[in-house]
Amino acid sequence: MASKIRVATTSLAGCFGCHMSFLDIDERMLQLAEVVEFGRSPINDIEHCTNCDIGLIEGGVCNSENVHVLREFRKNCKILVAVGACAINGGLPAMRNFIPLEECLAEAYLDGIGVENPQIPSDPELPLLLDKVRPIHEVVKIDYFLPGCPPSADVFWKFLTDLLDGREPSLSYELVHYD
Amino acid sequence: MSNTITIDGNTVPFEDGQTIMEAATAAGVYIPHLCHHPEFTPHGSCKLCTVNVNGRNCSACTFPAMEGQNVLNNTRELTDDRRKITQMLFVEGNHLCPGCEKTGNCQLQAVAYHLNMLDNHFPHFYPSRELDASHAEVMIDHNRCIFCTLCVRASQQKDGKDVFAISGRGLNKHLIINSQSGLLKDTDLEATDEAAHICPTGAILIKRTGYQVPIGERIYDHKQIDQVSLETEHPRHGE
Ligand code: SF4
Ligand code: SF4
Ligand code: FES
Repeated sequence: MASKIRVATTSLAGCFGCHMSFLDIDERMLQLAEVVEFGRSPINDIEHCTNCDIGLIEGGVCNSENVHVLREFRKNCKILVAVGACAINGGLPAMRNFIPLEECLAEAYLDGIGVENPQIPSDPELPLLLDKVRPIHEVVKIDYFLPGCPPSADVFWKFLTDLLDGREPSLSYELVHYD
Repeated sequence: MSNTITIDGNTVPFEDGQTIMEAATAAGVYIPHLCHHPEFTPHGSCKLCTVNVNGRNCSACTFPAMEGQNVLNNTRELTDDRRKITQMLFVEGNHLCPGCEKTGNCQLQAVAYHLNMLDNHFPHFYPSRELDASHAEVMIDHNRCIFCTLCVRASQQKDGKDVFAISGRGLNKHLIINSQSGLLKDTDLEATDEAAHICPTGAILIKRTGYQVPIGERIYDHKQIDQVSLETEHPRHGE
């Protein structure tokens, strides 16, 4: 048997909704598992992305760690895919782009309702926030885009089966949604 | 003279004074558009209706139909151009569809779907734009305005008012409200005005009407804009 296609997935500045929607392919996951094995993914807790064929990225980039992870994926995946509204245009996290970062932090950690022991977290382990949330194509080259908030399970299925069967992936009108 | 043009090789009749867009629509040929509306003077600003006429690109909504025109409309190249134009419209404003009441009913989004636009391609501007919720019944979210001027034209030509205008050029172009304060509440705009309903995007919304139709059951959720447009915009057809 030919070796399996390796798929890695991650959620950057996303809500894991895209991952949940991917899992909504339900029993088709078994079919997929016959030809696919997972590299780094929240599904299996593998920590680093090595030598993968397909990388699925949920979420935009909002902090320095997101940028590192995204670059690791780009380096180690032959095909990199922007999955969902946030990866494609920043999505709802990008709504903070219109408020200066300092004001965001002050509202969340200093002045907000119910804040106790007000202080801006500054542990060196915490990744630094970017001044704006950015879509991932502004940081690395992206090969394919799956729009939707989240893309439906059928979008994942159509895209992956197209790729696995050697067809150029395409999404019909019914599968393209931004909401 | 026979008064015909060809569009993608098909013969299309026209009446004197008709634009290419009008002749096409009357013949049941969809040309993508956003700033064009059959009831108002053409504006020719969004360029989505770009067609190729005898080798030169021009806007179908403003260009008069003339004998001998060979018009290309539905070509791979024009579709690519139109997709790029639509992507520019998306990155120029702030279009976060999952949080927009217009989603599914929005013509900008519908055109993007129709063109199979899967990403925004360009770097996002994330411009800082205001939201004006001062009016009792109508709100305007400038983040979603594409400067099509349909509200400007509808207010002047249909409502007999002058509530909206476009000011500034290029990157500084923006929609302004004609009142001392610059706020919608200090204008004579009413929720029943054509101008309050004409917006192709989610920039102008009527308050307290949101989400009456669930997402998934909206105009463009299952029907493409070419079909909807030809059904609803046939000028003086079906009257
Ligand atoms: S106006 Fe249209 S394109 Fe813009 S956010 Fe709303 S639904 Fe999306
Ligand atoms: S508010 Fe709507 S109708 Fe008015 S110019 Fe902007 S997009 Fe066009
Ligand atoms: S529809 Fe013709 S330029 Fe906008």
